[in-house]
Amino acid sequence: MASDRLFGLVVLMTALAFIASATQIQTSFLSDPVGPKAFPMLIGGVAAISALVMIIKPDPSPQWPVLKTFGSLLIALLVLVAYAYALKPFGFLFPTAVTAAILSYQISSRVVPSMLTGVGLSIGLFILFKYALKLGLVPFPQGFLS
Amino acid sequence: MDIMSNLALGFSIALSPYTLFLAVIGCFLGTMIGALPGLGPSNGVAILIPITFTLGLDATSALVLMTSVYYGAMYGGRISSILLNIPGDEPALMTTLDGYPMAKQGRAGDALVLSGVASFVGAFLATVGLLLLAPLLARVAYLFGPAEYFALYLLAFCTLGGVASNNQAKAAIASCIGLGIAMIGVDDNSGMPRLTGGNMHLADGIDFLVAIVGLFAIAEVFFFIEGHGRNSSIGVKLEKVVVPWRDIWLVKWTMLRASLVGFVAGILPGAGASLGSFLAYMSEKSIAGKEGGFGTGVAKGVAAPESGNNAAAGGALVPMLTLGVPGSGTTAVLLALLMTLNITPGPTLFTDRPEVVWGLIASLLIANVVLLLMNVPLVSFFVRILMVPAWILLPGVTMISFVGIYSLSGSYFDLLLMVAFGVLGYVLRKLDVPTVPVILGILLGGHMEDALRRAMVLSDGDFMYLFSSPIAIGFWIAAILGFVAPMFLRNVLAKPQRVTD
Repeated sequence: MASDRLFGLVVLMTALAFIASATQIQTSFLSDPVGPKAFPMLIGGVAAISALVMIIKPDPSPQWPVLKTFGSLLIALLVLVAYAYALKPFGFLFPTAVTAAILSYQISSRVVPSMLTGVGLSIGLFILFKYALKLGLVPFPQGFLS
Repeated sequence: MDIMSNLALGFSIALSPYTLFLAVIGCFLGTMIGALPGLGPSNGVAILIPITFTLGLDATSALVLMTSVYYGAMYGGRISSILLNIPGDEPALMTTLDGYPMAKQGRAGDALVLSGVASFVGAFLATVGLLLLAPLLARVAYLFGPAEYFALYLLAFCTLGGVASNNQAKAAIASCIGLGIAMIGVDDNSGMPRLTGGNMHLADGIDFLVAIVGLFAIAEVFFFIEGHGRNSSIGVKLEKVVVPWRDIWLVKWTMLRASLVGFVAGILPGAGASLGSFLAYMSEKSIAGKEGGFGTGVAKGVAAPESGNNAAAGGALVPMLTLGVPGSGTTAVLLALLMTLNITPGPTLFTDRPEVVWGLIASLLIANVVLLLMNVPLVSFFVRILMVPAWILLPGVTMISFVGIYSLSGSYFDLLLMVAFGVLGYVLRKLDVPTVPVILGILLGGHMEDALRRAMVLSDGDFMYLFSSPIAIGFWIAAILGFVAPMFLRNVLAKPQRVTD
């Protein structure tokens, strides 16, 4: 109940914000009868109505994870965000090994197999991508090993 | 005959050693992807698209490779259904109902071979159906103007929301999320940026591949972390595999009927393979009656959903190729592939690029034979793939997703967006909001708006123009029915739950 209502409320707010920002779209002199605003506003309208339906008639709530699992999910999310930033400056091998190991640990909760998974995936995938598929990956940060 | 000469053209392309090689690789990869729990046809194909694109394959080769993966994943999905009682992908859910009980009786090998043959029959008949029906439909599609296309897109969203989800409001929200995302970026008609919030990265819009990989692959990782790999249970052992000729002969009519049902379900826009296998199983169950023993591990119960599922996979290619409207989540991903390769599906595809269409159809036929040959003797190898633990598989999938998207654009912003879509996918699936309409919205949003605006230019702003032709009116009626009717049929067509032991 509560989850659906909350989600419905979030969607409703987003839809209204979407409509509001659609009214700000600039029209150029070269315009057609519909213009660039109408369709986004239509979508926002449909979304807002559906959100209201969800608030009025919610489904039973799903089973949300316990706090500890929620923590693991948050860690995984942070690691993925950090990985996205790290891939360019630090090369492929190190960030991949660390990220894969942490993700693996979040699933298995065992330290040694996770670390081996991280290192193995990092090297294995690098060889696969670089030499078998010939993608242009940078293994190490620039200036390393030179 | 037209079809024969077209097929000859197709086979001349598909039988080149290189294309054949790609088809075999695709089938192999696809079966593995389908077999692995957590990877199915849609996310499997999704994470491979960016990599295929970066490899610089030409359009036909890329298409052959990816559709082989697609068909292969449909085959592979049954392996974990039968052995572990875990559907490798959503359409394989129905296969667990009789496949797992059969495996528990010590007939795992029989069930695997039987379902392999049933998959072959379904996919083969559907490919034949595709090559007969697609050119006809393409000819009809020439008559479609913007009004008809607008109604058709609406139909796709409505049936997808109505048939494939449990709550219409949630499906509508999902479609709107997708359509709303498609609006971001520069408007083609006026050249003005829309809804970018002044962010330079968003001026080009959001790449649908980023969204697809995030929603399908990254979200899956979150689910596995939540489950702590609980799903990787050990299932039934596989003994020696022999071909159960008697059972195969016994289910011949079942396979034919199920293929027909599946094919028709696949053609309906938005319905797809899950509906195909569901309808095929339910109709065979009612034909067999109480004495049929469905649900206890009978041969017909294994053959029906597999034929239906694979026939629907072929059927779903019909609207995708001729109209550019995908019939399922995976064909939506294949549509994304076509768009990436700069191929516009639709009636003109059949006249302008016959080599692509017929090469594709011919390679589907070949892939199908390869899959049958590969699946029967190599089944014990694919069974071993199931042993890959989730704590190696899922980090691997994540890394492949990152590399794929990174090699497309080289920007960290796309990677962040992909992670954000992963979170969105997790939340949506938790709340039972379907994610396929989101993808469909992102893919079709631009076309849908364009159709509406062109229709309004033609009619000088008269909204009645949208209902001006019989075809358009038919689509509108079908759309409304497809959205509303399932509300009343929901109790009748309730999906059976998985067998629990």
